[in-house]
Amino acid sequence: MSENTLTTPKPFDWSSPEAAAMRKRRYAADRRLRLYGLASIVTAIGLLGILITSLIITGHTAFVQTHVAVEFTADPENVPADDPASGNFRAVVATAVQKLFPEADSPAELRVASGILSNGTPNIVRDYVTANPGLVGQTFTLKVPASDPYDQLNKGVIDRDLPEDRRRVSDTEIALFETLEARGLVTTPFNWGLFVNSDSRFPELAGLAGAIAGSFYALLVCFVISFPLGIAAAIYLEEFAPRNRWTDLVEVNINNLAAVPSIVFGLLGLAVFIQIFGLPRSAPLVGGLVLSLMTLPTMIIVTRAALKSIPPSIREAALGIGASKHEVILHHVLPLAIPGILTGTIIGLAQALGETAPLLLIGMNAFLTSPPGGIMDPATALPTQIFIWADSPERGFVSRTSAAILVLLGFLIFMNAFAIFLRQRFERRW
Amino acid sequence: MTGYLFLAILALSLVAFYVGRSTASRFVASHGAEVHSRPLYHGAFAAVWVGVPALILVVLWLLSQDGLIDRLILASLPASVTEGVSASRLSLYLSEIKNVASGRIFSEPSPEILAAAERYQRWQAIAGWAMVVVALAVSAIALYLARIRMAPKFRARQSFERALDIAMITSAVVAILVTIGIIVSLTYEALQFFRLVPPQEFFFGLNWEPQIAIREDQVAGTGAFGAVPVFTGTLLIAAIALVVAVPIGLLSALYLVEFASERFRGIVKPILEILAGVPTVVYGFFAVLTVAPAIREAGSLVGLSISPNSALAAGGVMGIMILPFISSLSDDALRAVPQSMRDGSFAMGATRAETITRVLLPAALPGIVGGVLLAASRAIGETMIVVMAAGLTATLTANPLDGVTTVTVQIVTLLIGDTSFDNPKTLSAFALGLVLFVSTLCLNVLALRIVRRYREKYE
Repeated sequence: MSENTLTTPKPFDWSSPEAAAMRKRRYAADRRLRLYGLASIVTAIGLLGILITSLIITGHTAFVQTHVAVEFTADPENVPADDPASGNFRAVVATAVQKLFPEADSPAELRVASGILSNGTPNIVRDYVTANPGLVGQTFTLKVPASDPYDQLNKGVIDRDLPEDRRRVSDTEIALFETLEARGLVTTPFNWGLFVNSDSRFPELAGLAGAIAGSFYALLVCFVISFPLGIAAAIYLEEFAPRNRWTDLVEVNINNLAAVPSIVFGLLGLAVFIQIFGLPRSAPLVGGLVLSLMTLPTMIIVTRAALKSIPPSIREAALGIGASKHEVILHHVLPLAIPGILTGTIIGLAQALGETAPLLLIGMNAFLTSPPGGIMDPATALPTQIFIWADSPERGFVSRTSAAILVLLGFLIFMNAFAIFLRQRFERRW
Repeated sequence: MTGYLFLAILALSLVAFYVGRSTASRFVASHGAEVHSRPLYHGAFAAVWVGVPALILVVLWLLSQDGLIDRLILASLPASVTEGVSASRLSLYLSEIKNVASGRIFSEPSPEILAAAERYQRWQAIAGWAMVVVALAVSAIALYLARIRMAPKFRARQSFERALDIAMITSAVVAILVTIGIIVSLTYEALQFFRLVPPQEFFFGLNWEPQIAIREDQVAGTGAFGAVPVFTGTLLIAAIALVVAVPIGLLSALYLVEFASERFRGIVKPILEILAGVPTVVYGFFAVLTVAPAIREAGSLVGLSISPNSALAAGGVMGIMILPFISSLSDDALRAVPQSMRDGSFAMGATRAETITRVLLPAALPGIVGGVLLAASRAIGETMIVVMAAGLTATLTANPLDGVTTVTVQIVTLLIGDTSFDNPKTLSAFALGLVLFVSTLCLNVLALRIVRRYREKYE
């Protein structure tokens, strides 16, 4: 604005072409901003979409597993009838492979042929025969998992049309496998092993049972500790605590604790629970303790919010008929607040379920081939299992990792949906 | 056995509850309205007295038993074995004794060790039974004392409520204890570290190679503990994350608050919140599986060689992770701006975009800045994404296409595996942890203060 216009205000001609052009510019700016906003929302949702799609694309193949139907003979020579578990099942499997490929005679060919079956086949046969001791001396058909390269080949992850030097299975290996396919021995049923097996060096045998059990125990410890502590602390702070500098400090402290990086809690667990108290490394007990310290602030915050939402009229009515302050809270306020508290608890536990870093520091990333028997046994958890598999070099673990992530996300979705259900079913508007 | 002991104490406490309640019921029958508290409170009073002291005793016993027995065992070793032996040698003896006692014998143990192992087993058994006896005795005495105090005039309700108060205050104190525990344990271990490595080297040194000599005479075995490259790497990745997240998060919040219909908002907001609920290990795998290869491909198309664990991939994915924080906190900040300010701007003839950029954003700026600071603290403390997608070697660079390392990556790699607490390698993780804790704490306090002050302004 020049001085000239200030001194002699000229009426502005709103219908002039300049004004129209200016309006147009301003409206364009408006539309642009709206477009940018929409574009960023689309970007954010698109990124989520890419994340989930890429997980599903790589992970869906791990939910089925290639099996080969093989005839085994539990020869009494190899398997003693009185103690089948001590038998020589390697020999049993070797004979079965020979019978599977009668035309293969050279040791080299047989070695290739036995590579089709999973490395754990002798153990699978042993467990089966031990469970059914009547099978000694008999011939029976068992579907055993195919080893990882053939599993990938069957699922089409390995492209048969690639030149031989660029894929992991050679032409002879493909030819052998195709004879099995032609004889109808290859099936791809749902991969129950993913849920009933524990970790293994061989992708085709690796499962999540140990990790799920470990996560369950850790969450159990976390719940048992943080739920009562959180509720008690929240009731005190919300209902009893005087408003003074100390309670202010506690409040600031809780808010900050909720934002402390999770790995710091891992350091605390390592230094205090393992180093000072001498609790065992890798135990779900320690994992649960660390997770409970992390969940505690969330617990306190949601419980306070739930207590705050109960209208004062209820407290006043109870006080009016002679209840003590404790009775008002225990008999009236707390029962009404329970749905809100439970919703918050489940959301807090869902966060704890996905937490990885502190569990790494206390050693819940061990390689364990059996599920933990209790809270003191070494264990892994779902997220740490994902981390271990993501670090494994075998190709088969890529899809296993994605599948494990999908399982973890499934648990999280279930927990959150349950929390939403609780909220909608029991939430009361006063 | 400990589990059964806990159950036994709980059962005793339940018995005490019924004893107390029935006693009080008899008072009611004989004294009528003179009885001060309801029978329920007499029962609860008795249950608390029987259960709580015994449980506390058992927990303290369990915590101290092992250390005490260890010390007694070491003291009981004949002087010929312990004479002039270093502390680490002694702890080796101790673990050998424990191994022998639990039946894991690797080599032929010496007769002294064998005798000590036997003693160890015997003492453990004695201590275990002593704990059971003492705990049950404490419960029984408590039950007796509680029974004596019970009388029609006894204020059982007040006693029980006082116990509740103590329990609640203790729980609230736990939250403070956690903070104190973090500060004390990190500071203690960090001080140990600074005794071995001078602080000026740690804070200003440009070379980070946390190796230690395995043997005394190893060449080039003393590591370097200059953490500057680690700090710059952390800041670089966090900055990339913010560059990705701030525009997207802020613009989507603007759109959701100012342009979108209620229905659109109701659908889109929960979808954006899903991003916040995805575990970070999933983002880490996403970075390794999809983003890093994609960035490498894109780089090779234009002739750039990009490191497979580039800061760009880790930071970009971290940006996706913190995006919902920024968008929801900006959303809150924008919605807190009073409607009258918007109306005033519209009344002057401003368009929506002009209202947003000239009125709303300046008014909501403190809230938005607070949100960005919180997101930054999250980005600095985030672990799994960088552990999986960022590098391990500390390079001092500002090039987002290079691999850099972060504080959290170093903490995890230094502490996975061996954890003997006497070498600078392990201890340096705690020094890094202290730096991380203090810096995120400052960011959080600052952010919460800004957000709170701003909220007060409009309320």
